[in-house]
Amino acid sequence: MCGIVGLFLKNPKLEPQLGALLSNMLGTMTDRGPDSAGFAIYGSDSAGVKLTLRGPSQGVLSEAVEKLEGLFDRTFEKVARDTHTVISVPEEREDQIRTWLKANAPDVDVVSSGRRMEIYKEVGLPASVAARFDLAGMTGSHGIGHTRMATESAVTTNGAHPFSTGTDECLVHNGSLSNHNDMRRRLEREGLSFATKNDTEVAAGYLSWRMREGASLKEALESSLSDLDGFFTFVVGTETGFAVVRDPIACKPAVMAETDDYVAFGSEYRALVGLPGIDKARVFEPEPAKVYAWERH
Amino acid sequence: MPTFDLKHSPLRELNRTLYALRPDTNETHWTVTGPDGRHAIAAGLDAPISVEIEGNVGYYCAGMNKHASVLINGNAGVGVAENMMSGFVHVRGDASQAAGATAHGGMLVIDGNAGARCGISMKGVDILVKGSIGHMSAFMAQAGTLTVLGNAGEALGDSLYEARLYVRGSVKSLGSDCIEKEMRDEHREQLFAKLQAGGLAGEIDPSEFKRYGSARRLYHFNVDNAGAY
Repeated sequence: MCGIVGLFLKNPKLEPQLGALLSNMLGTMTDRGPDSAGFAIYGSDSAGVKLTLRGPSQGVLSEAVEKLEGLFDRTFEKVARDTHTVISVPEEREDQIRTWLKANAPDVDVVSSGRRMEIYKEVGLPASVAARFDLAGMTGSHGIGHTRMATESAVTTNGAHPFSTGTDECLVHNGSLSNHNDMRRRLEREGLSFATKNDTEVAAGYLSWRMREGASLKEALESSLSDLDGFFTFVVGTETGFAVVRDPIACKPAVMAETDDYVAFGSEYRALVGLPGIDKARVFEPEPAKVYAWERH
Repeated sequence: MPTFDLKHSPLRELNRTLYALRPDTNETHWTVTGPDGRHAIAAGLDAPISVEIEGNVGYYCAGMNKHASVLINGNAGVGVAENMMSGFVHVRGDASQAAGATAHGGMLVIDGNAGARCGISMKGVDILVKGSIGHMSAFMAQAGTLTVLGNAGEALGDSLYEARLYVRGSVKSLGSDCIEKEMRDEHREQLFAKLQAGGLAGEIDPSEFKRYGSARRLYHFNVDNAGAY
Protein backbone atom coordinates (compact mmCIF):
# COMPACT_ATOMS: atom_id res chain seq x y z
CA MET A 1 0.00 0.00 0.00
CA CYS A 2 2.09 2.99 1.25
CA GLY A 3 1.16 6.65 1.38
CA ILE A 4 3.01 9.49 -0.28
CA VAL A 5 2.69 13.24 0.11
CA GLY A 6 4.36 16.32 -1.31
CA LEU A 7 4.06 20.05 -0.87
CA PHE A 8 5.65 22.67 -3.12
CA LEU A 9 5.16 26.26 -2.01
CA LYS A 10 4.77 29.02 -4.58
CA ASN A 11 4.16 31.71 -1.97
CA PRO A 12 7.23 32.28 0.28
CA LYS A 13 4.93 33.52 3.06
CA LEU A 14 3.98 29.89 3.72
CA GLU A 15 7.60 28.74 4.08
CA PRO A 16 7.64 28.99 7.91
CA GLN A 17 4.68 26.57 7.95
CA LEU A 18 6.09 23.97 5.54
CA GLY A 19 7.08 21.45 8.20
CA ALA A 20 3.83 21.77 10.14
CA LEU A 21 1.73 21.30 7.00
CA LEU A 22 3.79 18.34 5.78
CA SER A 23 3.72 16.78 9.23
CA ASN A 24 -0.10 16.78 9.22
CA MET A 25 -0.18 15.30 5.73
CA LEU A 26 2.21 12.53 6.76
CA GLY A 27 0.24 11.75 9.93
CA THR A 28 -3.02 11.42 7.98
CA MET A 29 -1.41 8.82 5.71
CA THR A 30 -0.64 6.50 8.66
CA ASP A 31 -3.51 4.21 7.57
CA ARG A 32 -1.67 3.56 4.32
CA GLY A 33 1.73 2.97 5.88
CA PRO A 34 2.11 2.50 9.63
CA ASP A 35 5.50 0.77 9.84
CA SER A 36 7.98 3.48 8.89
CA ALA A 37 8.06 7.01 7.59
CA GLY A 38 10.44 9.49 6.06
CA PHE A 39 10.59 12.92 4.54
CA ALA A 40 12.82 15.31 2.65
CA ILE A 41 12.80 19.03 3.33
CA TYR A 42 14.30 21.72 1.14
CA GLY A 43 15.28 24.29 3.74
CA SER A 44 17.91 26.97 4.14
CA ASP A 45 20.89 27.28 1.82
CA SER A 46 24.22 25.98 2.97
CA ALA A 47 27.54 27.59 1.99
CA GLY A 48 28.89 24.13 1.24
CA VAL A 49 26.93 20.93 1.21
CA LYS A 50 24.66 19.55 3.91
CA LEU A 51 25.17 15.88 4.71
CA THR A 52 22.38 14.15 6.60
CA LEU A 53 23.98 11.39 8.67
CA ARG A 54 22.08 8.63 10.37
CA GLY A 55 23.37 6.41 13.16
CA PRO A 56 22.12 3.96 15.78
CA SER A 57 22.23 6.72 18.41
CA GLN A 58 23.14 10.35 18.84
CA GLY A 59 26.20 9.24 20.83
CA VAL A 60 27.62 7.26 17.90
CA LEU A 61 26.89 10.17 15.55
CA SER A 62 28.52 12.87 17.68
CA GLU A 63 31.58 10.69 18.20
CA ALA A 64 31.96 10.26 14.44
CA VAL A 65 31.42 13.98 13.79
CA GLU A 66 33.98 14.92 16.47
CA LYS A 67 36.55 12.64 14.89
CA LEU A 68 35.85 14.17 11.47
CA GLU A 69 36.28 17.65 12.94
CA GLY A 70 39.60 16.54 14.44
CA LEU A 71 40.69 15.09 11.13
CA PHE A 72 40.01 18.29 9.24
CA ASP A 73 40.97 20.49 12.17
CA ARG A 74 37.83 22.60 11.97
CA THR A 75 34.32 22.77 13.39
CA PHE A 76 31.34 21.90 11.20
CA GLU A 77 28.02 23.60 11.51
CA LYS A 78 25.72 20.82 12.76
CA VAL A 79 22.15 20.18 13.85
CA ALA A 80 21.34 17.00 15.76
CA ARG A 81 17.85 15.51 15.63
CA ASP A 82 17.30 12.15 17.29
CA THR A 83 19.10 9.50 15.20
CA HIS A 84 20.13 11.99 12.50
CA THR A 85 22.66 14.81 12.37
CA VAL A 86 23.02 17.32 9.56
CA ILE A 87 26.54 18.69 9.08
CA SER A 88 27.54 21.44 6.66
CA VAL A 89 30.86 20.72 5.02
CA PRO A 90 32.89 22.22 2.17
CA GLU A 91 31.75 20.67 -1.10
CA GLU A 92 35.22 19.46 -2.03
CA ARG A 93 35.41 17.45 1.23
CA GLU A 94 32.27 15.37 0.62
CA ASP A 95 33.97 12.40 -1.04
CA GLN A 96 36.69 12.31 1.56
CA ILE A 97 34.16 12.37 4.39
CA ARG A 98 32.11 9.58 2.81
CA THR A 99 35.22 7.42 2.43
CA TRP A 100 36.32 8.10 6.00
CA LEU A 101 32.88 7.27 7.39
CA LYS A 102 32.72 4.02 5.46
CA ALA A 103 36.08 2.93 6.84
CA ASN A 104 35.86 4.28 10.38
CA ALA A 105 32.20 4.59 11.31
CA PRO A 106 30.39 1.68 9.60
CA ASP A 107 27.25 2.30 11.69
CA VAL A 108 26.85 5.78 10.26
CA ASP A 109 25.03 6.17 6.93
CA VAL A 110 25.00 9.23 4.71
CA VAL A 111 21.27 9.54 4.00
CA SER A 112 21.53 12.51 1.69
CA SER A 113 23.65 15.38 0.51
CA GLY A 114 22.45 18.68 -0.81
CA ARG A 115 22.80 22.40 -0.74
CA ARG A 116 19.24 22.65 0.61
CA MET A 117 17.86 19.14 1.06
CA GLU A 118 17.79 17.16 4.31
CA ILE A 119 16.29 13.66 4.60
CA TYR A 120 15.02 11.96 7.75
CA LYS A 121 13.57 8.47 8.00
CA GLU A 122 12.92 5.95 10.71
CA VAL A 123 10.88 2.90 11.62
CA GLY A 124 7.72 3.67 13.59
CA LEU A 125 4.35 5.35 13.28
CA PRO A 126 4.52 8.39 10.96
CA ALA A 127 3.32 10.80 13.65
CA SER A 128 6.01 9.67 16.08
CA VAL A 129 8.71 9.73 13.40
CA ALA A 130 7.68 13.30 12.53
CA ALA A 131 7.72 14.25 16.23
CA ARG A 132 11.15 12.70 16.87
CA PHE A 133 12.70 14.91 14.21
CA ASP A 134 10.46 17.90 14.98
CA LEU A 135 9.23 18.08 11.39
CA ALA A 136 6.52 20.52 12.48
CA GLY A 137 9.22 23.05 13.39
CA MET A 138 11.04 22.86 10.04
CA THR A 139 10.82 25.52 7.38
CA GLY A 140 11.50 25.45 3.67
CA SER A 141 10.17 25.80 0.15
CA HIS A 142 9.13 22.22 -0.58
CA GLY A 143 9.15 18.75 0.84
CA ILE A 144 8.03 15.19 0.15
CA GLY A 145 7.15 12.35 2.50
CA HIS A 146 6.33 8.67 2.62
CA THR A 147 4.56 6.30 4.98
CA ARG A 148 5.51 2.70 4.40
CA MET A 149 3.63 -0.58 4.56
CA ALA A 150 6.39 -2.97 3.61
CA THR A 151 5.36 -5.76 1.25
CA GLU A 152 8.55 -6.71 -0.61
CA SER A 153 11.31 -6.36 1.97
CA ALA A 154 11.88 -6.06 5.70
CA VAL A 155 10.78 -3.18 7.88
CA THR A 156 14.09 -1.38 8.25
CA THR A 157 15.19 2.22 8.12
CA ASN A 158 17.17 1.45 4.98
CA GLY A 159 13.97 0.38 3.26
CA ALA A 160 12.16 3.60 4.18
CA HIS A 161 11.73 6.40 1.68
CA PRO A 162 12.67 9.02 0.45
CA PHE A 163 15.62 7.69 -1.50
CA SER A 164 18.35 10.02 -2.67
CA THR A 165 20.94 9.17 -5.29
CA GLY A 166 22.13 12.64 -6.22
CA THR A 167 22.78 16.03 -4.69
CA ASP A 168 19.48 17.65 -3.69
CA GLU A 169 17.56 14.88 -5.50
CA CYS A 170 15.03 12.63 -3.84
CA LEU A 171 12.08 10.42 -4.67
CA VAL A 172 9.17 8.70 -2.93
CA HIS A 173 7.31 5.84 -4.55
CA ASN A 174 4.03 4.03 -4.16
CA GLY A 175 4.06 0.76 -6.05
CA SER A 176 6.67 -1.78 -7.11
CA LEU A 177 9.03 -2.07 -10.05
CA SER A 178 9.59 -5.33 -11.91
CA ASN A 179 12.73 -4.52 -13.91
CA HIS A 180 14.78 -2.98 -11.11
CA ASN A 181 17.47 -5.66 -11.02
CA ASP A 182 18.26 -5.24 -14.70
CA MET A 183 18.08 -1.47 -14.45
CA ARG A 184 20.37 -1.47 -11.39
CA ARG A 185 23.01 -3.40 -13.35
CA ARG A 186 22.71 -0.97 -16.26
CA LEU A 187 23.04 2.04 -13.97
CA GLU A 188 26.01 0.50 -12.14
CA ARG A 189 27.74 0.25 -15.50
CA GLU A 190 27.10 3.99 -15.83
CA GLY A 191 28.97 4.54 -12.59
CA LEU A 192 26.09 4.83 -10.13
CA SER A 193 26.20 3.00 -6.82
CA PHE A 194 23.33 1.73 -4.72
CA ALA A 195 23.10 1.27 -0.97
CA THR A 196 20.21 -1.22 -0.97
CA LYS A 197 18.45 -3.86 -3.06
CA ASN A 198 15.33 -1.70 -3.03
CA ASP A 199 13.41 -1.07 -6.28
CA THR A 200 12.67 2.56 -5.40
CA GLU A 201 16.35 3.37 -5.02
CA VAL A 202 16.77 2.23 -8.63
CA ALA A 203 14.05 4.64 -9.76
CA ALA A 204 15.85 7.46 -7.95
CA GLY A 205 19.15 6.37 -9.51
CA TYR A 206 17.60 6.27 -12.95
CA LEU A 207 16.43 9.89 -12.65
CA SER A 208 19.80 11.00 -11.26
CA TRP A 209 21.51 9.35 -14.22
CA ARG A 210 19.18 10.95 -16.77
CA MET A 211 19.61 14.39 -15.22
CA ARG A 212 23.38 13.91 -15.05
CA GLU A 213 23.24 13.26 -18.80
CA GLY A 214 21.51 16.60 -19.33
CA ALA A 215 17.80 15.83 -19.11
CA SER A 216 15.50 18.14 -17.20
CA LEU A 217 13.48 16.64 -14.35
CA LYS A 218 10.45 16.56 -16.64
CA GLU A 219 12.36 14.86 -19.46
CA ALA A 220 13.87 12.32 -17.05
CA LEU A 221 10.41 11.37 -15.81
CA GLU A 222 9.05 11.18 -19.34
CA SER A 223 11.71 8.65 -20.33
CA SER A 224 11.12 6.70 -17.09
CA LEU A 225 7.68 5.84 -18.47
CA SER A 226 9.26 3.64 -21.12
CA ASP A 227 12.36 2.49 -19.20
CA LEU A 228 10.84 1.53 -15.84
CA ASP A 229 8.40 -1.35 -15.73
CA GLY A 230 5.90 -1.84 -12.93
CA PHE A 231 3.46 0.05 -10.81
CA PHE A 232 4.42 3.49 -9.71
CA THR A 233 3.32 6.84 -8.58
CA PHE A 234 6.46 8.92 -8.04
CA VAL A 235 6.81 12.26 -6.30
CA VAL A 236 10.21 13.79 -6.91
CA GLY A 237 12.10 16.76 -5.51
CA THR A 238 15.16 18.63 -6.76
CA GLU A 239 16.76 21.79 -5.43
CA THR A 240 14.30 23.94 -7.36
CA GLY A 241 11.80 21.45 -8.75
CA PHE A 242 8.87 19.25 -7.80
CA ALA A 243 7.26 16.64 -10.05
CA VAL A 244 4.70 13.84 -10.12
CA VAL A 245 4.19 10.95 -12.52
CA ARG A 246 2.00 7.82 -12.56
CA ASP A 247 2.51 4.70 -14.64
CA PRO A 248 0.25 4.28 -17.71
CA ILE A 249 -2.10 1.88 -15.92
CA ALA A 250 -2.38 4.17 -12.89
CA CYS A 251 -2.80 1.42 -10.33
CA LYS A 252 -1.72 3.58 -7.42
CA PRO A 253 -3.91 6.42 -6.20
CA ALA A 254 -3.04 10.09 -6.50
CA VAL A 255 -4.78 13.38 -5.82
CA MET A 256 -3.39 16.85 -6.37
CA ALA A 257 -4.46 20.32 -5.29
CA GLU A 258 -3.20 23.59 -6.71
CA THR A 259 -3.76 27.17 -5.58
CA ASP A 260 -1.83 30.40 -6.19
CA ASP A 261 0.13 29.57 -3.03
CA TYR A 262 1.09 25.91 -3.45
CA VAL A 263 0.92 22.60 -5.26
CA ALA A 264 0.15 19.61 -3.07
CA PHE A 265 0.14 15.87 -3.65
CA GLY A 266 -1.49 13.13 -1.58
CA SER A 267 -2.20 9.44 -2.06
CA GLU A 268 -5.68 10.35 -0.90
CA TYR A 269 -7.56 13.62 -0.65
CA ARG A 270 -7.69 13.17 3.13
CA ALA A 271 -4.01 14.09 3.30
CA LEU A 272 -4.73 17.52 1.82
CA VAL A 273 -7.67 18.69 3.92
CA GLY A 274 -5.54 20.61 6.43
CA LEU A 275 -3.94 22.85 3.80
CA PRO A 276 -4.86 26.55 3.82
CA GLY A 277 -7.53 27.44 1.26
CA ILE A 278 -8.10 23.83 0.22
CA ASP A 279 -11.82 24.53 -0.22
CA LYS A 280 -10.98 26.86 -3.10
CA ALA A 281 -8.13 24.81 -4.55
CA ARG A 282 -8.29 23.11 -7.91
CA VAL A 283 -8.40 19.46 -6.86
CA PHE A 284 -7.65 16.92 -9.59
CA GLU A 285 -6.42 13.41 -10.22
CA PRO A 286 -3.17 13.39 -12.19
CA GLU A 287 -3.63 11.53 -15.47
CA PRO A 288 -1.79 8.28 -16.17
CA ALA A 289 1.58 8.56 -17.98
CA LYS A 290 1.60 12.35 -17.81
CA VAL A 291 4.41 14.25 -16.12
CA TYR A 292 3.45 17.16 -13.91
CA ALA A 293 6.40 19.39 -13.01
CA TRP A 294 6.91 22.72 -11.29
CA GLU A 295 10.05 24.86 -10.91
CA ARG A 296 10.91 27.65 -8.50
CA HIS A 297 12.31 30.73 -10.17
CA MET B 1 -33.81 18.11 7.79
CA PRO B 2 -31.06 16.63 9.97
CA THR B 3 -27.50 17.84 9.46
CA PHE B 4 -24.50 15.72 10.32
CA ASP B 5 -21.06 17.31 10.70
CA LEU B 6 -18.32 14.75 10.16
CA LYS B 7 -15.72 17.11 11.59
CA HIS B 8 -17.34 16.56 14.98
CA SER B 9 -19.19 13.25 14.83
CA PRO B 10 -17.84 9.87 13.81
CA LEU B 11 -18.56 8.52 10.34
CA ARG B 12 -19.69 5.17 11.75
CA GLU B 13 -22.45 6.96 13.63
CA LEU B 14 -23.67 8.63 10.42
CA ASN B 15 -23.69 5.40 8.44
CA ARG B 16 -25.33 3.47 11.27
CA THR B 17 -28.02 6.15 11.63
CA LEU B 18 -28.77 6.27 7.90
CA TYR B 19 -28.79 2.50 7.59
CA ALA B 20 -31.30 2.18 10.43
CA LEU B 21 -33.89 4.46 8.76
CA ARG B 22 -37.13 2.70 7.89
CA PRO B 23 -38.59 3.01 4.37
CA ASP B 24 -41.41 5.20 5.70
CA THR B 25 -39.14 7.54 7.66
CA ASN B 26 -40.11 11.20 7.83
CA GLU B 27 -36.45 12.23 7.97
CA THR B 28 -36.01 12.10 4.22
CA HIS B 29 -33.49 14.88 3.63
CA TRP B 30 -30.04 14.74 5.20
CA THR B 31 -27.11 17.10 4.89
CA VAL B 32 -23.57 15.94 5.61
CA THR B 33 -20.85 18.55 6.14
CA GLY B 34 -17.10 18.23 6.61
CA PRO B 35 -16.59 15.01 4.64
CA ASP B 36 -12.84 15.80 4.25
CA GLY B 37 -12.25 12.89 1.91
CA ARG B 38 -13.39 10.20 4.36
CA HIS B 39 -14.08 6.77 2.90
CA ALA B 40 -17.43 4.95 2.60
CA ILE B 41 -19.63 7.95 3.42
CA ALA B 42 -23.32 7.09 3.02
CA ALA B 43 -22.48 3.56 1.93
CA GLY B 44 -25.09 0.85 2.22
CA LEU B 45 -28.19 3.08 2.25
CA ASP B 46 -31.48 1.22 1.98
CA ALA B 47 -34.29 3.81 2.20
CA PRO B 48 -35.83 6.39 -0.17
CA ILE B 49 -34.04 9.38 1.40
CA SER B 50 -31.82 12.05 -0.07
CA VAL B 51 -28.38 12.83 1.29
CA GLU B 52 -26.42 15.92 0.29
CA ILE B 53 -22.71 15.90 1.01
CA GLU B 54 -20.95 19.27 1.11
CA GLY B 55 -17.37 18.70 0.00
CA ASN B 56 -14.97 16.11 -1.40
CA VAL B 57 -15.41 12.47 -0.45
CA GLY B 58 -13.00 9.52 -0.37
CA TYR B 59 -13.46 5.95 -1.57
CA TYR B 60 -16.74 4.05 -2.09
CA CYS B 61 -19.10 6.92 -1.35
CA ALA B 62 -22.72 5.74 -1.76
CA GLY B 63 -21.48 2.22 -2.39
CA MET B 64 -24.16 -0.50 -2.48
CA ASN B 65 -26.79 2.24 -2.60
CA LYS B 66 -30.45 1.13 -2.70
CA HIS B 67 -33.38 3.55 -3.13
CA ALA B 68 -31.51 6.61 -1.86
CA SER B 69 -30.51 9.73 -3.74
CA VAL B 70 -27.00 10.96 -2.90
CA LEU B 71 -25.63 14.31 -4.07
CA ILE B 72 -21.93 15.02 -3.70
CA ASN B 73 -21.06 18.71 -3.93
CA GLY B 74 -17.42 18.03 -4.65
CA ASN B 75 -15.12 15.37 -6.07
CA ALA B 76 -15.45 11.66 -5.36
CA GLY B 77 -12.63 9.17 -4.76
CA VAL B 78 -12.28 5.63 -6.07
CA GLY B 79 -15.43 3.53 -6.52
CA VAL B 80 -18.24 6.04 -6.07
CA ALA B 81 -21.63 4.22 -6.17
CA GLU B 82 -19.87 0.90 -6.62
CA ASN B 83 -22.32 -2.00 -6.63
CA MET B 84 -25.32 0.37 -6.50
CA MET B 85 -28.62 -1.53 -6.77
CA SER B 86 -31.03 1.36 -7.31
CA GLY B 87 -31.40 5.05 -6.57
CA PHE B 88 -29.55 8.09 -7.87
CA VAL B 89 -26.01 9.30 -7.22
CA HIS B 90 -24.86 12.67 -8.51
CA VAL B 91 -21.23 13.89 -8.34
CA ARG B 92 -20.97 17.62 -8.99
CA GLY B 93 -17.20 17.50 -9.48
CA ASP B 94 -14.87 14.82 -10.86
CA ALA B 95 -14.87 11.14 -9.95
CA SER B 96 -11.75 9.00 -9.57
CA GLN B 97 -11.30 5.47 -10.86
CA ALA B 98 -13.91 2.69 -11.00
CA ALA B 99 -16.95 4.94 -10.70
CA GLY B 100 -20.13 2.84 -10.72
CA ALA B 101 -18.14 -0.40 -10.71
CA THR B 102 -20.29 -3.56 -10.78
CA ALA B 103 -23.46 -1.50 -10.17
CA HIS B 104 -26.69 -3.37 -10.89
CA GLY B 105 -29.16 -0.52 -11.19
CA GLY B 106 -30.00 3.10 -10.49
CA MET B 107 -28.32 6.07 -12.10
CA LEU B 108 -24.91 7.68 -11.58
CA VAL B 109 -24.37 11.20 -12.96
CA ILE B 110 -20.92 12.78 -12.94
CA ASP B 111 -20.77 16.46 -13.92
CA GLY B 112 -16.99 16.49 -14.38
CA ASN B 113 -14.60 13.81 -15.62
CA ALA B 114 -14.35 10.22 -14.46
CA GLY B 115 -10.99 8.44 -14.15
CA ALA B 116 -9.98 5.03 -15.43
CA ARG B 117 -12.25 1.97 -15.36
CA CYS B 118 -15.50 3.90 -15.16
CA GLY B 119 -18.35 1.38 -15.14
CA ILE B 120 -16.05 -1.61 -14.89
CA SER B 121 -18.18 -4.80 -14.78
CA MET B 122 -21.39 -2.75 -14.68
CA LYS B 123 -24.47 -4.93 -14.45
CA GLY B 124 -27.41 -2.69 -15.26
CA VAL B 125 -26.65 0.79 -13.95
CA ASP B 126 -27.06 3.87 -16.14
CA ILE B 127 -23.98 6.08 -15.96
CA LEU B 128 -23.89 9.58 -17.44
CA VAL B 129 -20.56 11.44 -17.50
CA LYS B 130 -20.69 15.05 -18.69
CA GLY B 131 -16.91 15.25 -19.07
CA SER B 132 -14.54 12.53 -20.28
CA ILE B 133 -13.68 9.05 -19.00
CA GLY B 134 -10.32 7.33 -18.53
CA HIS B 135 -8.84 4.12 -19.88
CA MET B 136 -10.39 0.64 -19.64
CA SER B 137 -13.86 2.01 -18.99
CA ALA B 138 -16.78 -0.44 -19.17
CA PHE B 139 -14.32 -3.33 -18.98
CA MET B 140 -16.39 -6.56 -18.94
CA ALA B 141 -19.56 -4.48 -18.70
CA GLN B 142 -22.59 -6.76 -18.67
CA ALA B 143 -25.69 -4.56 -18.84
CA GLY B 144 -26.82 -0.96 -18.57
CA THR B 145 -25.73 2.19 -20.36
CA LEU B 146 -22.65 4.38 -20.20
CA THR B 147 -23.16 7.81 -21.78
CA VAL B 148 -20.22 10.15 -22.18
CA LEU B 149 -20.49 13.71 -23.44
CA GLY B 150 -16.72 14.09 -23.73
CA ASN B 151 -14.06 11.61 -24.82
CA ALA B 152 -13.15 8.06 -23.83
CA GLY B 153 -9.62 6.82 -23.05
CA GLU B 154 -7.84 3.70 -24.27
CA ALA B 155 -9.45 0.25 -24.54
CA LEU B 156 -13.08 1.29 -24.15
CA GLY B 157 -15.40 -1.65 -23.54
CA ASP B 158 -12.77 -4.35 -23.46
CA SER B 159 -14.33 -7.87 -23.20
CA LEU B 160 -17.76 -6.29 -23.07
CA TYR B 161 -21.00 -8.28 -22.81
CA GLU B 162 -24.31 -6.49 -23.38
CA ALA B 163 -23.92 -2.94 -22.06
CA ARG B 164 -24.48 -0.03 -24.45
CA LEU B 165 -21.88 2.69 -24.63
CA TYR B 166 -22.78 6.11 -26.10
CA VAL B 167 -19.85 8.50 -26.62
CA ARG B 168 -20.17 11.96 -28.14
CA GLY B 169 -16.47 12.78 -28.40
CA SER B 170 -13.46 10.79 -29.49
CA VAL B 171 -12.53 7.29 -28.39
CA LYS B 172 -8.79 6.76 -28.06
CA SER B 173 -9.09 3.06 -28.78
CA LEU B 174 -11.61 0.24 -28.49
CA GLY B 175 -10.89 -2.77 -26.32
CA SER B 176 -11.01 -6.36 -27.45
CA ASP B 177 -14.40 -7.37 -28.91
CA CYS B 178 -15.83 -3.83 -28.65
CA ILE B 179 -17.06 -2.33 -31.93
CA GLU B 180 -18.92 0.70 -33.16
CA LYS B 181 -22.53 -0.12 -33.94
CA GLU B 182 -25.27 1.50 -35.93
CA MET B 183 -27.27 4.17 -34.09
CA ARG B 184 -30.92 3.32 -34.83
CA ASP B 185 -34.06 5.09 -33.64
CA GLU B 186 -34.43 2.79 -30.64
CA HIS B 187 -30.93 3.78 -29.50
CA ARG B 188 -31.58 7.49 -29.98
CA GLU B 189 -34.76 7.06 -27.93
CA GLN B 190 -32.92 5.21 -25.19
CA LEU B 191 -30.15 7.81 -25.16
CA PHE B 192 -32.69 10.65 -25.02
CA ALA B 193 -34.35 8.97 -22.04
CA LYS B 194 -31.02 8.64 -20.22
CA LEU B 195 -30.07 12.25 -20.95
CA GLN B 196 -33.48 13.29 -19.68
CA ALA B 197 -33.05 11.25 -16.51
CA GLY B 198 -29.72 12.98 -16.03
CA GLY B 199 -31.34 16.42 -16.35
CA LEU B 200 -30.15 17.16 -19.88
CA ALA B 201 -33.40 16.86 -21.85
CA GLY B 202 -33.33 19.11 -24.89
CA GLU B 203 -29.78 20.35 -24.20
CA ILE B 204 -27.89 17.61 -26.00
CA ASP B 205 -28.61 16.19 -29.44
CA PRO B 206 -28.60 12.35 -29.31
CA SER B 207 -27.62 12.17 -32.96
CA GLU B 208 -24.16 13.54 -32.09
CA PHE B 209 -23.28 10.29 -30.32
CA LYS B 210 -21.78 7.08 -31.57
CA ARG B 211 -22.79 3.75 -30.12
CA TYR B 212 -20.37 1.02 -29.12
CA GLY B 213 -21.17 -2.51 -28.06
CA SER B 214 -20.03 -6.09 -28.01
CA ALA B 215 -19.15 -7.95 -31.21
CA ARG B 216 -20.10 -11.09 -29.22
CA ARG B 217 -17.10 -13.00 -30.47
CA LEU B 218 -15.58 -13.66 -27.07
CA TYR B 219 -18.33 -15.02 -24.88
CA HIS B 220 -19.99 -17.55 -27.12
CA PHE B 221 -18.38 -20.92 -27.09
CA ASN B 222 -17.18 -21.75 -30.57
CA VAL B 223 -17.63 -25.46 -31.27
CA ASP B 224 -14.73 -25.39 -33.74
CA ASN B 225 -12.44 -24.85 -30.75
CA ALA B 226 -13.71 -27.90 -28.85
CA GLY B 227 -10.57 -29.84 -29.73
CA ALA B 228 -8.46 -27.33 -27.87
CA TYR B 229 -9.86 -28.37 -24.47
